Amino acid sequence: MDTIMRTAFIDTLFELAKEDPRIVLVVGDLGFGVVTRFMEELPDQFVNAGVAEQNMTGLAAGMALSGKIVFTYSIANFPVLRPLEQIRNDICYHNANVRIVPVGGGMAYGSLGPSHHATEDIAVMRALPNMVVIAPGDPVEARLATKALIEHQGPAYLRLGRAGEPVVHSSTPDFEIGRAITVRQGSDITLISTGGLLHETVQAAELLAETGIQARVVSMHTVKPLDTEAVLAAARDTEGVFTVEEHSVIGGLGSAVAETLLEAGVYPRYFKRIGLNGEFSSLVGTQEYLRAQYGLDAPGIVATVKQILGIEPVSIIRARG
Amino acid sequence: MSVKSLENLSLEELAHKIRRHTIEMTHRAKASHVGSSLSMVELLVVLYTKILRVDPTNPDWPERDRFILSKGHGCASYYAVLAEMGFFPVEWLETFYQNGSRLAGHATHTYVPGVEISTGSLGHGLSVAAGMALAAKRDGKSYRVFCMLSDGECDEGSVWEPILFAPQHRLDNLIAIVDYNKIQSLGRVEEVIDLAPLADKWRSFGWAVREVDGHNFGEIEAVLSQLPFEPGKPSCVIAHTVKGKGVSFMEDKLLWHYRSPQGDEYEAALAELNGHDHENRIH
Repeated sequence: MDTIMRTAFIDTLFELAKEDPRIVLVVGDLGFGVVTRFMEELPDQFVNAGVAEQNMTGLAAGMALSGKIVFTYSIANFPVLRPLEQIRNDICYHNANVRIVPVGGGMAYGSLGPSHHATEDIAVMRALPNMVVIAPGDPVEARLATKALIEHQGPAYLRLGRAGEPVVHSSTPDFEIGRAITVRQGSDITLISTGGLLHETVQAAELLAETGIQARVVSMHTVKPLDTEAVLAAARDTEGVFTVEEHSVIGGLGSAVAETLLEAGVYPRYFKRIGLNGEFSSLVGTQEYLRAQYGLDAPGIVATVKQILGIEPVSIIRARG
Repeated sequence: MSVKSLENLSLEELAHKIRRHTIEMTHRAKASHVGSSLSMVELLVVLYTKILRVDPTNPDWPERDRFILSKGHGCASYYAVLAEMGFFPVEWLETFYQNGSRLAGHATHTYVPGVEISTGSLGHGLSVAAGMALAAKRDGKSYRVFCMLSDGECDEGSVWEPILFAPQHRLDNLIAIVDYNKIQSLGRVEEVIDLAPLADKWRSFGWAVREVDGHNFGEIEAVLSQLPFEPGKPSCVIAHTVKGKGVSFMEDKLLWHYRSPQGDEYEAALAELNGHDHENRIH
């Protein structure tokens, strides 16, 4: 189990829903083959709203305000940006128990083009009052986050990958919304990752270790509320803080960490937001390809870290990569 | 439904009282939307005195009928009805729009007993209402969900998504009421985005539809007493109304979508409403 983030989510939700009739899954006519078992075996807890995300979101608010714990589900930006005002006014303003679940955060739907790249969603969701923002780092975290969201009161955003995020956690970590997980110890620098890049980040740390740089890796599965203690500890204990996200560097994890550090008056010697530069992708390709092109794979992360540390020019790393 | 203070008032007298509140509130607040508030007074009065199963002393009663004012901008008369029904003190109406008040310029649920959900951006209420109706169906609850829309609001695509959805799920516990006053923000509805034939549109989407004179108490009550109009179908009431109804110089005038009654106009509006009161022999 837990080999695919999307599957980890839906399987966990299915098991929870069998025991808890309050749980309802509302989809926007997407999830073929993924939500099928839920739909067939728990029809009273399933709604297909059709290709109508605004209605899907308003319905979810209405059901949540009637005692349900509602998960809305669609892909990439569809359940997020299209019904943004319904999320803000109907869900967040009423502090309704709706969890918005997009599958395919970042560039998981790489080849489908920028319409399907969810690369500003964290920034947008983070700005909404009452909204909790979670981007699990691997299938294990996705399963644990889904469970944690049953008891959570109020709205939440659960940004999933799609497929192919490898399992990072070999054992079940302690999971708490708002509490980061330290995946790897290290005393030189800290790599803070959110979402599906956790595995690449861990790999980057391994590559850095080969050159004598010991990197702590923190899985910041919850971007809001941010684990500020973990952020400040990273800046105090290590020389540099690097944030890693498959998302624009504007408004996402990197911004949240920068805000925290500056307001606390804790200045790491080195700081860099590793992410997308805030432009639409001009390239066509798979998630793997695009990650490499935009410096978000392990070699790319290593290259940026070394550049910031002033160790080696990027070109050397690239050539070696 | 019986509220002690209202027992001696006829529906006409209560409607006039609501209109007086509405004029005073929008005057004091220098607020817009007086015309939109006035057009739905009879609908609100019949709903709250005759139709809705609600308990002002227990506004969160789980079995209550839900009422959502999707046209949240018309909230002055809605707040006035809630206050007169006893959901909150009538004195609160004096604070409408004021600093530190509970009563914002669009229907707001926070700290206002009786307001089911906050609205203000058009095209939201019917989806939320459909979600509540669906939850009731799934839970085997008998409460009904009423949603009041404006005509201009029906320009929003998001209104038509739940209009498609509700018949699919046989939500006959869902009732949409359109306050069809024929005037929207920048002009007459037929000149902006013509909705006609509005009843046919809803009907063709699978709703059971009735049209009423939205200022005729008897007609409104007769129609709303027959819910659901057809088992298995959501119900829609197209209420033909007059914007600014009850104040002669405001009636059917675009100006009063935004204009706030001040000075002579305020005095004249009150005098006219008080004249009605004299006719009804109450003081």
